[in-house]
Amino acid sequence: MGFFSRFLIPNPSPVIYSSMVAIGVTVLLIIVGLTHFKKWFHLWSGWLTTVDHKRIGIMYLISALLMLFRGGVDAVMMRAQLAVPDNKLLDSQHYNEIFSTHGVVMILFMAMPYIMALMNFVVPLQIGARDVAFPRLNAISFWLFFMGAMLFNISFVIGGSPDAGWSSYFPLAGNEFSPHVGTNYYMIGIQIAGIGTLMTGINFLTTILKMRAPGMTLMKLPMFTWSSLVTSIIIIFAFPVLTVALIMGTMDRLFATKFFTITDGGMDMLWANLFWVWGHPEVYILILPAFGLFSEIIPTFSRRNLYGYRSMVASMVFISIYSFFVWTHHFFTMGQAAYVNSIFSITTMVIAIPTGIKIFNWLFTMWKGRIRFTVPMLYSIGFIPLFTIGGVTGVMLAMSAADYQYHNTMFLVAHFHNVIIPGVVFAVLGAGTYYWPKMFGFMLNERIGKWAFWFLTIGFCLAFFPMYITGLDGQARRMYTFSESTGFGPLNMISFIGTALMAISFVLIVYTIYYSIRHASRDVSDDPWDARSLEWATHNPVPEYNFAIIPQVNSRETFWDAKYKGHELFKGDYEKIHMPNNTGGPFIMSCIFFVFGFALVFSIWFLAIIGLIGIFVCMAYRSFEIDHGHYISVEEIKETEAKFGGVSKWK
Amino acid sequence: MEIDHSQPLEYSTEQNRLNILGFWIFLGAEIMLFGTLFASYFTLVDRTGNGPIGAEIFEITPVLAETFLLLTSSFVIGLGIHAMRLGNKKAMLTFFVITLLLGVGFIGFEITEFITYYREGATLQTSAFTSMLFTTLGTHGAHVTLGLFWGSFIILQVKNRGLTPETANKSFIFSLYWHFLDIVWIFIFTFIYMKGMT
Repeated sequence: MGFFSRFLIPNPSPVIYSSMVAIGVTVLLIIVGLTHFKKWFHLWSGWLTTVDHKRIGIMYLISALLMLFRGGVDAVMMRAQLAVPDNKLLDSQHYNEIFSTHGVVMILFMAMPYIMALMNFVVPLQIGARDVAFPRLNAISFWLFFMGAMLFNISFVIGGSPDAGWSSYFPLAGNEFSPHVGTNYYMIGIQIAGIGTLMTGINFLTTILKMRAPGMTLMKLPMFTWSSLVTSIIIIFAFPVLTVALIMGTMDRLFATKFFTITDGGMDMLWANLFWVWGHPEVYILILPAFGLFSEIIPTFSRRNLYGYRSMVASMVFISIYSFFVWTHHFFTMGQAAYVNSIFSITTMVIAIPTGIKIFNWLFTMWKGRIRFTVPMLYSIGFIPLFTIGGVTGVMLAMSAADYQYHNTMFLVAHFHNVIIPGVVFAVLGAGTYYWPKMFGFMLNERIGKWAFWFLTIGFCLAFFPMYITGLDGQARRMYTFSESTGFGPLNMISFIGTALMAISFVLIVYTIYYSIRHASRDVSDDPWDARSLEWATHNPVPEYNFAIIPQVNSRETFWDAKYKGHELFKGDYEKIHMPNNTGGPFIMSCIFFVFGFALVFSIWFLAIIGLIGIFVCMAYRSFEIDHGHYISVEEIKETEAKFGGVSKWK
Repeated sequence: MEIDHSQPLEYSTEQNRLNILGFWIFLGAEIMLFGTLFASYFTLVDRTGNGPIGAEIFEITPVLAETFLLLTSSFVIGLGIHAMRLGNKKAMLTFFVITLLLGVGFIGFEITEFITYYREGATLQTSAFTSMLFTTLGTHGAHVTLGLFWGSFIILQVKNRGLTPETANKSFIFSLYWHFLDIVWIFIFTFIYMKGMT
């Protein structure tokens, strides 16, 4: 392909051109708005250079919501295309690109950052720390994720999106069958974001192991922090595998190596194995923190302590180990021996046991509790039956013999949405509402939030349950249309209606944020939900240093015991607090990463070399830099605390 | 910064202890990275297509030289850290410089080795086996090259700023990295070269 023709969209349509215009207009509006309101300096000094874990968490949250919109638009387009037989809304190439990017965006650029948002915001507060272990590295993690996501997203306006599915199987993803640059975007965008995720894993593991408040032993950790600890370990073991797989994929595409080719000894199944050795644990990287969030929300709104703490921890550890022994269930039908299938069939089914333990623990927590039906609690209650249905169909899929019937049908699509949407999306939406006052100092409107919940839940059931039926009847996934004689039409129309309801729910979620910014009271107490763990012991919104005095922990639910059993949380006097300095380094380096990635996608070698040198110059500069951080003086702490009405509440 | 004088310099502050633990965890991730490369290598080692097999291209002399240089450098950097513990800045710097010179020698031999392979018709694009061979060796070589730059920056900092908790911490972490590359090389030597030559 000629140099300039690589930048063109392979199959342009009016939809893509109008998106290009929309993107251009939005960028222009943002630039004009920032200039008009003179916010450039604020943006730079307050956000782009920040190393504060709370602000980084909020930036993750905003990115995740944006990506939820992008992935959601993809979903609506797909369901609209399939709503009636022989539809001509999208052509096959466009449909391929949409389902590929929908998968990647939703898993890697929506669910992951949403989880990271909550981990970043909540974990240091829950363990009574001032920040994470490596605040600068945390900023690098965020900006690498962000630049990776942006690089992936510009694919549909420059050069074309990946079209080989989110699992990007070779040889389909090789140069021969995917000649345009889409798959390059996939390989490099995910690589850049993946480095950021790996750094987050290292950062949070160190933080949780070393920075807990005095008295907080591992068996006194709040459940969300436990889940973050386990998740960090899975990230550290799983992401390097993805790194290697993506490097090999990139080299096959850019340098004509022979890893996954059909000829010259290449082995396409090696990609499938490496991808899923990462990809299966990735599912648990998403779901375990979600479980942790439910374990925070359910006790709070049941006014009972979590039932079976130890079995919750044990089941999580068990799941994390087992997540590495099941990857082959993703290709039962691709020609391996029957005994291999049997082994992976059994290991897959075994995961249902610890998960079942957790489900029962949540039910027992609610049992005899005084339940308050707030928005976060509604999401948690809705999660239990829906997730269980998803789990049961998962066990059906795990039966390798029967999988020859379901494989690559809509049944599978229904199954994984049935675990990921109630499991992860409900968790992050519920926890987003739950932690909103801690993040921003006001509550989200409950009435609109409940409407959003019901639209999402009913929409979800309508959208995905029909797919189980059409899947068992043989409707294949990834087919861009079907004929009328198949009889899939009416059920697909119901799916489309469900999708529309889910889209309305997203609009309502955005509206409740807008409405609450305008109308909600700014006068909320530090502990609006009457919660149980340490993050509620500090002010709303949280001051820069988190806790003016580091708390003393001597029970599992320290904050609850401080409120109702007279447990003393904050002992001693104010002392000056050491904090890290803001720095532009992470942002600048990640921008260079973006340029480097873009140059690689289009094989612009001189720019790639300049980018690579730029990245190393940033690292060298950092090596020589002297930065000892700064201190917050006792007077400043007293001033800040006085504005909130004093620390002494739990003292 | 509170400095705890009962600890060795590199462990003497809170941040230093965090850095060292964090780096150990990072090395855990690096083990996974090289582990994946080795697993892929074993998968592809016999898939040579029309290209040469390992036994046809491997030569013992440069590989032994590389092994000798890298293992010695790992020993020397250990001496450097020992000198640092004793507070002998000059000896430490000397050992670090020797370490990096040995590293440069290693890279020199590796480059000539790659050129020889290329002349014998084993390129990155020849077969799945050669792709994997160059990727595995290249990843290790790239790590060593990065280490050469990183090490020289640390030498400059120790030279100019003396042995402070910060520079000692950086030097110690660099030594962990260098030892790690040595251990990876032992696996490369055994399972790629020794196994490939028999």
